[in-house]
Amino acid sequence: MIDLTLPLSETSVRDLHVGDPVALHGVMVTGRDAAHKWLVETFVRKTQPPTAEDLAVLEGLRPLLAGGAIYHCGPVVAGLDTQAYRFVAAGPTTSTREEPYQAEVLRHFGVRAVIGKGGMGARTLAACQSAPAVYLHAIGGAATLIAQTVTRVLGVYKLDFGVPEAMWVIEVKAFPAVVTMDAHGQSLHAQVEARSRTALDRLLAS
Amino acid sequence: MRDLTNDFLELIRRTSTDLPADVERALVAARQAEAEGSAARGALDTILENVALARRDSSPICQDTGTPIFTVRHPAGWSTRELREQIREAVAEATARAYLRPNAVDSLSGKNSGNNLGDEAFPTIHFEETGGETLTVDLMLKGGGCENVGAQYSLPHAGLGAGRDLEGVRRAALDAVHQAQGQGCAPGVLGIAIGGDRGSSFLASKEALLRPLDDANPDAALADLEARLLGEANELGIGPMGFGGQTTILGVKARSLHRLPASFFVSVSYMCWAHRRRRMVVDGESIRFLDRSEP
Repeated sequence: MIDLTLPLSETSVRDLHVGDPVALHGVMVTGRDAAHKWLVETFVRKTQPPTAEDLAVLEGLRPLLAGGAIYHCGPVVAGLDTQAYRFVAAGPTTSTREEPYQAEVLRHFGVRAVIGKGGMGARTLAACQSAPAVYLHAIGGAATLIAQTVTRVLGVYKLDFGVPEAMWVIEVKAFPAVVTMDAHGQSLHAQVEARSRTALDRLLAS
Repeated sequence: MRDLTNDFLELIRRTSTDLPADVERALVAARQAEAEGSAARGALDTILENVALARRDSSPICQDTGTPIFTVRHPAGWSTRELREQIREAVAEATARAYLRPNAVDSLSGKNSGNNLGDEAFPTIHFEETGGETLTVDLMLKGGGCENVGAQYSLPHAGLGAGRDLEGVRRAALDAVHQAQGQGCAPGVLGIAIGGDRGSSFLASKEALLRPLDDANPDAALADLEARLLGEANELGIGPMGFGGQTTILGVKARSLHRLPASFFVSVSYMCWAHRRRRMVVDGESIRFLDRSEP
């Protein structure tokens, strides 16, 4: 098990390889479909002018994303009425939906780790290589276990997206994941896809 | 009419937090089959530890508590309007208690209702009148990751060499498992419907998922298909979470429906390993909760 403390340095990211189990410590931010679309359209492609509120949120997010980790997660959160937030269940969501945005988010904000499940495609893999950054695979469905590694909810941005889509700022201790896409161009997902394609072709030939 | 709101709440709590025994047994067996120290074994260790924690803490197994799908079979005399109101009240309360994540999003505005109550199809509630005196309510929580990798094929399908027969069904189902890779949270369960129209076919593929994992299909041809597909899907080697490994699929449940002469649909619903389904049985004053691995 490799212990990683956020934010990550370039060197610590380059030292990681596909198959390495890791435990994350420190502060990360959640972001999924609505967040990625908003980040890219507002600040990267600039297809919509940012509002004053957008710019204020950006100020808060920038230092968290630089060298940091973005977690594809839509949690179950207790304490919504009192704002004494607590993560109850917080496993990863399917990352491939962010494929149209992820590479731009990595480059523009200097994100060093993407955490999710199911892996991502060629554009994200190429961005991992150039950034450098890594894709860390959390265990899908292991929501109660992962929520127990969240020691504090430090705040939330874009709660108007709804609880699952909001950007939650969390502190974690020993958050478990596996490197499945590294900064050296390797992807476990591409390997498994290719091997299973060969097996499928064999089964369909019979 | 009797107020079952609190019992519906208990049905939701159990479904979200307590994985059925048949599914847990299958996951334990899958863990044994993976090599010591492999990523697949590690994933299943984490999964099983999470299942135990969720049960102990009465906390959701998975944060995506999905679309709540209720199937209510009621004797004559029950008001489906009142049952629907009670179920909706229980769903909102379960959301307030964090057994469910607020999941009902308006597709046009993007606004999340915050309490899991959307239009009349959210939560989904199917009613059917039955004979006898027993009311049964099945609940399945089906998350979005696995729902997104479901697939429907219209046979014949030239690319797969799939004709309008069980061999064609086999080809379509194997393609669906390959396409899904680990993204439906493998190892999953396949519900397959053969025939019907597009709507009835997908519905039947989900109903098939309510069957216990270790039961046998009474139809010999479908039983053979299920056994063969289970073995072959696992030969694909996609493995838990798509990490590569011995177990990609925990079970296959198939059924056939009548179809139009012109149509031959194969619908595949993929259920993630967190196969959350429960049954509530109301018999006079007695209320029982079954995990569907029981007959």
